[in-house]
Amino acid sequence: MILPTGESRSMLFRIFIFILLLSLTPAAAWAKTFNAETFTLDNGLQVVVIPNHRAPVVTHMIWYKFGGADEAPGMSGIAHFLEHLMFKGTPTVPDGTFSKTVKKLGGNDNAFTTHDYTAYYQNVPRAHLEKVMAMEADRMKNLQLRDDQVASERQVIIEERRQRIDNQPQAKFQEQLMSTLYVNHPYSTPVIGWLHEIKELTRDDAFEYYNRWYAPNNAILIVSGDITADQLKPMAKRHYGMIPPQMVPDRLRPRPAPISVEHRVIMQDPRIGPPVIMKIYRAPRGSHALDILSEIFGGNSTARLYKNLVIDKKLAISAGASYDRVSLDDTTFSLYASPTPGTTVNELELALDREIEALLAKGVTIEELQTAKKRKIASLTYYLDSLQGPAMVFGRALSSGFGMEDVENMPERLEALTIEKVNTAAQALFQGQDLPVTGLLLPQQKKPAAKGQKR
Amino acid sequence: MKHFMCLIALVLAFASTPAEAAKGKVLDVQVIKSKQGIEAWLVEDKTVPVISVNFSFEGGLAFDPEDKPGVGRLVSILLDEGAGDIDAQTFQKKLSDNAINMGYTAGRDAFYGSLRTLKSNKDLAFDLLHLALSKPRFDADAVTRMKNANISQIKDDMGDPSWLSARTFNGMMFSGHYYARPGYGNLESMESISRRDLLDYVRAQFGRNVLKVSIAGDITKEEAAEALDRMFGSLPEKAETVDMARAELTNIGKTILLPLDTPQTYIITGQSAIPRSDKDWHAASVVNYILGGGGFDSRLMKEVREKRGLTYGIYSSLNNLEYADILQANLSASNEKVEEALKLMRQEWQKMAEKGVSEKELQDAKSYLTGSLLLSLTSTQDIAEALNSIQRDGEGPDYINQRNGLINALTLNDVKKAAARMLKPAEITTILVGKPQNINADIMLDRPPGMGTEEKTAR
Repeated sequence: MILPTGESRSMLFRIFIFILLLSLTPAAAWAKTFNAETFTLDNGLQVVVIPNHRAPVVTHMIWYKFGGADEAPGMSGIAHFLEHLMFKGTPTVPDGTFSKTVKKLGGNDNAFTTHDYTAYYQNVPRAHLEKVMAMEADRMKNLQLRDDQVASERQVIIEERRQRIDNQPQAKFQEQLMSTLYVNHPYSTPVIGWLHEIKELTRDDAFEYYNRWYAPNNAILIVSGDITADQLKPMAKRHYGMIPPQMVPDRLRPRPAPISVEHRVIMQDPRIGPPVIMKIYRAPRGSHALDILSEIFGGNSTARLYKNLVIDKKLAISAGASYDRVSLDDTTFSLYASPTPGTTVNELELALDREIEALLAKGVTIEELQTAKKRKIASLTYYLDSLQGPAMVFGRALSSGFGMEDVENMPERLEALTIEKVNTAAQALFQGQDLPVTGLLLPQQKKPAAKGQKR
Repeated sequence: MKHFMCLIALVLAFASTPAEAAKGKVLDVQVIKSKQGIEAWLVEDKTVPVISVNFSFEGGLAFDPEDKPGVGRLVSILLDEGAGDIDAQTFQKKLSDNAINMGYTAGRDAFYGSLRTLKSNKDLAFDLLHLALSKPRFDADAVTRMKNANISQIKDDMGDPSWLSARTFNGMMFSGHYYARPGYGNLESMESISRRDLLDYVRAQFGRNVLKVSIAGDITKEEAAEALDRMFGSLPEKAETVDMARAELTNIGKTILLPLDTPQTYIITGQSAIPRSDKDWHAASVVNYILGGGGFDSRLMKEVREKRGLTYGIYSSLNNLEYADILQANLSASNEKVEEALKLMRQEWQKMAEKGVSEKELQDAKSYLTGSLLLSLTSTQDIAEALNSIQRDGEGPDYINQRNGLINALTLNDVKKAAARMLKPAEITTILVGKPQNINADIMLDRPPGMGTEEKTAR
């Protein structure tokens, strides 16, 4: 049976935190287990190789250190639009034949944009690695765009925005929450862009950003699969090595403004099912202590929030926490819960606050810490049981300003965590200067249709 | 991890997978048998110390009582909520503390299960699976909790245009057949389903005669054979016999609208397709690839997205169920663009029915379908899942090594014939959810089919 492929050019992360429970843990001793190696070409392109010889296939990815948060005010969505336009062609791979060529080689390709990076990948049989590498290197500098291609693709991203955001009340809500949380910081602007700004993006805008940011010294090449560093090096030199480096702007972003008053973001919509409460905190990036804390507090159905609010007190249908560790600037730590029928949103919110108070008063237990560590470390093995997983982990980390060692030393860093470190991180998070943003997503009774209603 | 993969859109155009027959084996599939006579397909792979097991019990929606849809669904989310002497929290803790992933899905044609464990925890994993299948507790507390979770899911779904279009499609295409029943149940059935119903379902559905098992990973033939008895040995020999009949498609050629106040309309179109067991099936799968299955390599994507920007994506798929075969297409488009998108889609349908495909398109499709086989087999989970799907298709263990040969042997005429036989533009049923402009619907619904008669709030 052939299943639909669900292909989507471009994924927007940060859309919906409470489905984003993908604790991007990672990274175990890839260096040891996989012998991940890195080297840098003369033009500044960093290359990472992660050998895995299970099957004669490879993942080839190029990550640009440029994302939605690097756009100028008023240009929202240009990074993502450019990502789409990168498939339109060059003199040698013209007019939308890029993906077709990859398919012909028995491969799949796609791309995704976040606030911090734009990445392109192809999964292909090993024999065709050099061919896709040649095409990817080609479009780093030789993009060619006709006005009609730009115009129809602009319509495509408008349809994408409607499908992913405007048609989904939860996604619209999430967009507004992030805007409130990141005052004075570009994470407040959605990666896909605001509709009125998307409509104004032009071919010239796309080229301006392309020329400024797409350069070998601002990119990372990652290849995982049936390949070694010795085999990859000459190939990478041949195709990427001759692209000249250039001046690339520093990624200077303003620091988010403090949140000193309480913010509540409330949305009512007839298409919302049960109500949802969220509390989102701005949190430091790269903290293993917060990662473990989110696991203990709300990582699964044996964690505190689920056990206390769902099972014991029966106040919630679901409850949990998540922390997105990998990010270039301050990241988020989120709590969410949805009340049982008969429980009010206020009651549940109070109960949630009491869980935070209890956590701060007594801290986590040694048993909680040990089992959470064990789970995290054990689950790292599952990453090895895949082709693209490790490449994603390295790509996200390196393009967000972390180093190889941050990925490689993951198990050791988890092991080294103490109760004191986790509890200190909890105090700093919940009792820091910045208040959280509270979001309430509420159902609304359908109104009978009425015409000429006064506003 | 699964979410992770979804997010990065690891596009697994997972055909019934495949192999490079000419160049030796894609996979070495062994057929093993336990002492008690339980059979399984096994691929030994010691790359990583992980074991994946995928299995299915043929049956699925047919085992839900007609007036109580969603029993199978509740069973699927309750099997890991306590079994034997182990209560729900302890069971969950054993799973999570030992990084054992166990999951169940009540599908239309089968009840599916999957298990993934580190090699070092395999005995515990097999024992927990055995307990879950043979001695589920269905404690009142857990049942209420999972009913609430499912009700919450149903309420969310009822506001989701993508879900609404799929529900309407199934309800209207299979009217009168059990395929039309809502798999997650509805608000009324969630109130009426009792513990007895859950126990009855388990007793009736989980029989060894309808069980198919696949295993992949770091485990020997002997260990796997022993594990089979350990996991499934105490299940009844036979599942209950339930009436299952071929589904006659209903509302053929109709346009059906479920109004929803959204800027975009979700669209699913469908018509009958060539069955999996038919000699023309591989040709039909190529027709689907070139028409709309191939993503950016397909005619529909080129015409509707790339040239005109009418949609973010349009895909066709060949869905071969046990008792029905459907060729469907999915897309969403702004309300004012629906008319044009549908017109283009029909034109492509018509064109391919009349003229078939070009030699170049056929070659490109063959290269993709054969070349990408290995990409869908890069983890033990992928391998176990692929094998289970091939077993369910009624193919033999060596199919994965023959499949590419079958595709390469297809001629232009084979594909043309299959296109002419399968594509019937006049018989396309169109489901619309949204506020499409300039569309005359034959049937206007006020709520999705199968979801109960009144707006109810569960207490």
